[in-house]
Amino acid sequence: MGTFKIGGVVLKSLFNKPATLMYPVIPRKWEERTRGSIGIEEASCILCGICAKKCPTHAIAVAKDQRTWAIERMQCIQCGSCVETCPKKCLRMIPEYTAPGTEKITDVVSIPEQQKQPKPEAAAAE
Amino acid sequence: MGKRTIIPFGPQHPVLPEPIHLDLVIEDETVVEAIPSIGFIHRGLEKLVEKKEYAEMVYVIERVCGICSFGHGWGYCAAVEGLMKVEVPTRANYLRTIWHELSRVHSHLLWLGLMADAFGFESLFMHCWRLRETILDMFEKTTGGRVIFSVCKVGGVRKDVDNETLGGIVDGLNKIKAEIKGLTDVFITDKSVKNRTLGVGVLSKEKAMEFGAVGPVARASGVLQDMRLTGKGVYDELGFEPVIEEGGDCYARTAVRIREVFQSIELIETAAKGIPDGDIAIAVKGNPDGEFVARMEQPRGEAFYYAKGSGSKFLDRMRVRTPTNQNIPALVQMLQGADLADVPVLVLTIDPCISCTER
Ligand code: SF4
Ligand code: SF4
Repeated sequence: MGTFKIGGVVLKSLFNKPATLMYPVIPRKWEERTRGSIGIEEASCILCGICAKKCPTHAIAVAKDQRTWAIERMQCIQCGSCVETCPKKCLRMIPEYTAPGTEKITDVVSIPEQQKQPKPEAAAAE
Repeated sequence: MGKRTIIPFGPQHPVLPEPIHLDLVIEDETVVEAIPSIGFIHRGLEKLVEKKEYAEMVYVIERVCGICSFGHGWGYCAAVEGLMKVEVPTRANYLRTIWHELSRVHSHLLWLGLMADAFGFESLFMHCWRLRETILDMFEKTTGGRVIFSVCKVGGVRKDVDNETLGGIVDGLNKIKAEIKGLTDVFITDKSVKNRTLGVGVLSKEKAMEFGAVGPVARASGVLQDMRLTGKGVYDELGFEPVIEEGGDCYARTAVRIREVFQSIELIETAAKGIPDGDIAIAVKGNPDGEFVARMEQPRGEAFYYAKGSGSKFLDRMRVRTPTNQNIPALVQMLQGADLADVPVLVLTIDPCISCTER
């Protein structure tokens, strides 16, 4: 019984440093598994469209004729289905969120032609 | 007899964090009747089952609730697995149990904070949420998300957690155990807190049964009812025994949840020690056909999942009944005869999650 049982905790927190971070002055620490955003390695994509088909929110659009792979960032729920199903393993989960924005953006990536023996310089120049 | 007045309470109210509306019929300062109405934020998630394949639907069902998201994902998967007669690997079952119990710890810490807020104890509220943050970090480390985990799938789990990380989780929990104890002692022993909870809103065992209360509300009234006893997960192996209190008042409901926090930590510890090696998922082939019902013990009580398929990759029907839905009649009963000033505390003691009620 008695009152002010929390006294010890309160006194301690008077002298401890704050439990919160001064974001963005102190950057946030990301975990290796953080489901932040989806990244693509253009050079190995074969535009098969499986990722778009497996995406539960239809965030990905693959246009074979224009050779583009597009993702609607606001639509994506970072479930990771696309990463799991891509046959070429060219998608990955980046452990960092995309920057906040004032409008819904779609990131369009153009996919270079596949070469029989891919030259890294050619892929980089694209 | 005083004059009767009706006070509208919610869906937007400074002391009520949930979108429920109550018409409080009061006489002087006493509530004589409370008429609840819900339906302000209905999202129609169940209807989406017609558009999402059964495997994709997990992501929708997880979003029924932001606090017991793992449990909902598990409940849905359990229903579909039952329908398709899939046996989940033991390691996956252990991992599911560990994540589910972690969810319970964080849910109860969140609730304790809100409860402190309801009776105006701001610093207690902040400290409960500070400790809850540790659990959220554990979630991020193991699943990649703090609120929505996307780790449960039909047939098992999507990510393995190595034994070292599990050990780290147990160490982390043991580290904050003393701190949690320090805070929960305030709820149990502080005189001014007890003044607000002891003997307030008594729900007798008979009434709890009559109104079909579930979860900590029922257990605080002495009703032995816990879906973890029904063989889901690995609770049998962990030697699980439900926490029961007899008081039936706000104090007993707080005490049940506090004891469950420590019980969950112990369950996680035992599970992390006993977890076998092996697969974390098995491939699921074919489409669901038939009907199945699964029941889960969420932090707020029993949730019910009904799945019906007819051989296509889209389920015909998915029904989720959440614990708050069941506890509203009990709440209306508790409110009768309560002081107007106790209404926020009483509403909170059922741990309302109106958003999941309106899935
Ligand atoms: S990212 Fe992968 S799945 Fe998607 S189109 Fe390219 S190769 Fe196919
Ligand atoms: S992470 Fe999920 S929601 Fe996002 S693009 Fe991939 S499949 Fe779609």
